[in-house]
Amino acid sequence: LKRKCFDGEEDIEGTLAGIKAIPSYNLQRQSLLDMSLVKLQLCHMLVEPNLCRSVLIANTVRQIQEEMTQDGTWQMINTQSTGQASLDRLVSTDILCRSSRDQVEGKHVPGYGTFNKDFESDQAQDSSETMSTASSVQAPRNLQSNMWEMENPQENKGNFQKSLDQIFETLENKSPNSVEDLFSEVDNSYYDLDTMLTGMMSNTKMGHCDSLETFSSPTNTASNSNCKSDLNDLDHIVEILVES
Amino acid sequence: DIISTVEFNYTGDLLATGDKGGRVVIFQREQETKSRPLSRGEYNVYSTFQSHEPEFDYLKSLEIEEKINKIRWLPQQNAAHFLLSTNDKTIKLWKISERDKRAEGYNLKDEDGRLREPFRVTELRVPTLKPMDLMVEASPRRTFANAHTYHINSISVNSDYATYLSADDLRINLWHLEVTNRSFNIVDIKPANMEELTEVITAAEFHPHQCNTFVYSSSKGTIRLCDMRSSALCDQHSKFFEEPEDPSSRSFFSEIISSISDVKFSHSGRYMMTRDYLSVKVWDLNMENRPVETYQVHEYLRSKLCSLYENDCIFDKFECCWNGPDSTIMTGSYNNFFRTFERNTHRDTTLEASRESSKPRAILKPRKVCTTGKRKKDEITVDSLDFNKKILHTAWHPSENIIAVAATNNLYLFQEKVN
Repeated sequence: LKRKCFDGEEDIEGTLAGIKAIPSYNLQRQSLLDMSLVKLQLCHMLVEPNLCRSVLIANTVRQIQEEMTQDGTWQMINTQSTGQASLDRLVSTDILCRSSRDQVEGKHVPGYGTFNKDFESDQAQDSSETMSTASSVQAPRNLQSNMWEMENPQENKGNFQKSLDQIFETLENKSPNSVEDLFSEVDNSYYDLDTMLTGMMSNTKMGHCDSLETFSSPTNTASNSNCKSDLNDLDHIVEILVES
Repeated sequence: DIISTVEFNYTGDLLATGDKGGRVVIFQREQETKSRPLSRGEYNVYSTFQSHEPEFDYLKSLEIEEKINKIRWLPQQNAAHFLLSTNDKTIKLWKISERDKRAEGYNLKDEDGRLREPFRVTELRVPTLKPMDLMVEASPRRTFANAHTYHINSISVNSDYATYLSADDLRINLWHLEVTNRSFNIVDIKPANMEELTEVITAAEFHPHQCNTFVYSSSKGTIRLCDMRSSALCDQHSKFFEEPEDPSSRSFFSEIISSISDVKFSHSGRYMMTRDYLSVKVWDLNMENRPVETYQVHEYLRSKLCSLYENDCIFDKFECCWNGPDSTIMTGSYNNFFRTFERNTHRDTTLEASRESSKPRAILKPRKVCTTGKRKKDEITVDSLDFNKKILHTAWHPSENIIAVAATNNLYLFQEKVN
């Protein structure tokens, strides 16, 4: 699964102003990743989450993770310094809907230079050809993209993998086997969103924070109130157990 | 309430719907009478009952929804009708019977049911049966519970009319209709470590004639056909149906849109049909490597998959159905549109189930979604489609051209115009 070069919008004549108007593939992929992770967390409501949906979203997250690892762009932030970054993150991610065939055949639009050096090792022939012809334009962008790479991508990957596992664990461990489990399970999933987001946010710069906050604030309040109701249920259950 | 399942019985005289509130409503076809010659074909309410109630699982601190996921009729063997209805966790067998006579002239109680004073009983009489207004009673005969950890998505009655299967996300169980305290697990795809879970069961059905054969579909777009004679646990499939992926059209959403939401055998038993997000495929049971026919339901949505992922529409589970002769297939779409595909002529039609576009006895006008830039008159652009109006459940009368279409909380019945 390789991302090739992109189908340029027909109305863009390749000006820099035009480039900034389109969210980059990286941004859109990151947006999809963020959206997927939030979807997984929001699954944990009073009714048992739809397992099929959770599995499909988790698989999508894994796909993105694999691709980002292969591209060498595995990072939890995208520090594109334009002020539009936070808005771009949440706009439509139409580019991701296009098949790779569309993207190969389309005109190459400079600006997606992050993939340059990785494409040499790609199996697909066409993409590297089109990329190399435009490589001279990419040079300044390449420098920037190298700067974007995280100091410790490995740690981020670890955090991320841990969150995925936690999500599946909480999906699975809904049926405690012993009384101790009953008390210890305060449905930690509600806290996962916090830890995951703080883990992400500690590695992010400003642009990413802004956009994530719009995700995190409503869900935080929801999860807190759900936690409280769960705790009340547990108290109720303890009462019943004690009285009987 | 929102209709969650629609199913004709074996003769087509009865149509059952289940809804999100756990209710079952059964419609009966009116018989043609001389006084009302046009009434044949009309379905009127026959019986309504509460099948499932909401429950709370105290151990898991989770609600169990009362929504009816599936209804399946049993073939009629006596005057009463039987159906299976299921929510996420429990399957129930309901008996629907008619009562049109009432016993009168009891010795020990009055007509209004009060007990008579013993000294008032001066003579013995035999109670007689008197006609009364037709009353349709529904009573639960069996409850099949506690066999599913995950959410039940399918039930299917076997052609032996004695057993049936129930499938949840990870397991399929075999039941005997008479036995409620035991079921046999015949498929189990739960991994030892739940973190390794990447695929779930999405639908399952028994073969219409071979009582040893059933199929189940998965979220990865595969169908497995299993033979219960080969082993008790059918984890090894007999046949594996999967269409190879077109690598050039791969995107992040490829897997999600390949997830099969419904699988239905043809009445003949020779073919099966699967529904994934964008298409319907007909498979020949003798050919595993690709479907024999593919029909695009709403290909114009392919460029909108990101938005549909964002608003969760990409996870909508559309059903599909065959007509009696297996010559036409039908499935739903958005904007209250539903589509029929004629297999022989390759003609497809888009129709709309809405009050505005269908007046009683009026012919439905075919609809068209505009996919190019220029919108013709009466066409609808993709952006103006209402994604909240989804037709997930449709059913076709077993022998006539009468179709039932559930549009959120409305049920539409259409029939072929007879000149």
